[in-house]
Amino acid sequence: MLILTCPYCGVAADETELAPGGEAHLTREGPGSDDDAFAGYLFHRENPKGVHFERWRHAMGCGKWFHAARCTVTLEVFGTYAAQVTEPPRAIRDAVSARRPGWRWRDLT
Amino acid sequence: MSEIATALGGARSDGLCTVCEVPPLGMIQIRADLGATAVRDAVAEGAGVAVPDVLRATTEQGRTLCWFSPDEVLLILPRGEAPSALSALAEAMEGHHHLAADVSDMRAVLRVEGRAVRDVLAKLTPADMAPGAFPPGSVRRTRLGQIAAAVRMVEDETVEILCFRSVARYAFDLMTEAAREGGAVGYFDREA
Ligand SMILES: [Zn+2]
Repeated sequence: MLILTCPYCGVAADETELAPGGEAHLTREGPGSDDDAFAGYLFHRENPKGVHFERWRHAMGCGKWFHAARCTVTLEVFGTYAAQVTEPPRAIRDAVSARRPGWRWRDLT
Repeated sequence: MSEIATALGGARSDGLCTVCEVPPLGMIQIRADLGATAVRDAVAEGAGVAVPDVLRATTEQGRTLCWFSPDEVLLILPRGEAPSALSALAEAMEGHHHLAADVSDMRAVLRVEGRAVRDVLAKLTPADMAPGAFPPGSVRRTRLGQIAAAVRMVEDETVEILCFRSVARYAFDLMTEAAREGGAVGYFDREA
């Protein structure tokens, strides 16, 4: 069972209270972008075995979107953070490093 | 004036807890940036109740303000006071970006009373119902069986459940079933 702490209301929310929102920090390519960029935005995902960054929504609680850093193998949660960022904040990356030295996700380390 | 019909016509069941639908209430949804002090003050002035802390409710003179999210509170008050409260809010909130809407017909309210109330709820929701984690004055929007609902701990053995009107029957039957005689858990209620 996955439990994520919502950074907005502080509730340690059970997975059944949350709605998954897929991979985090995608750049939304719109009109005017080239085909490769748009295809990447639509279809290309990291699908990692290990450290991953995702979007979640506290759907049955306060309703807010947020981000989570977790391990797809062990379900260990490294931390959750606000939705209004384009990459994981330093504190979250440090928390991941403490548990998974040498991790890599896209061009983040 | 015509009579207001609630979702379940004041249904009631008795078991480990009594479950009953409360008479019509007034409800006003308020959305605004509650992180800003000036906005909080304006909400409190318009609503006539202090703005609650996160996951809490405040009650003053028959009105209750429930924390729903960082930018949403629900004002629960006597039905007849809703129109005047709405104008008071509009006046107090002028100049602040906000929304205040009369949603009195949007939700149903169930009152659940009895010593086993924490055990009964814990069968249905992932929220922590331990007395230390959820003392009187707490509010939690969560999942109840298959639906979203808000749970407010009114007093030690009294809970109010708010859910959308369209799922009121489901919520009532769910609570009734969970509170049926013979289904005592005795986890929080050690005397059961
Ligand atoms: Zn939340």
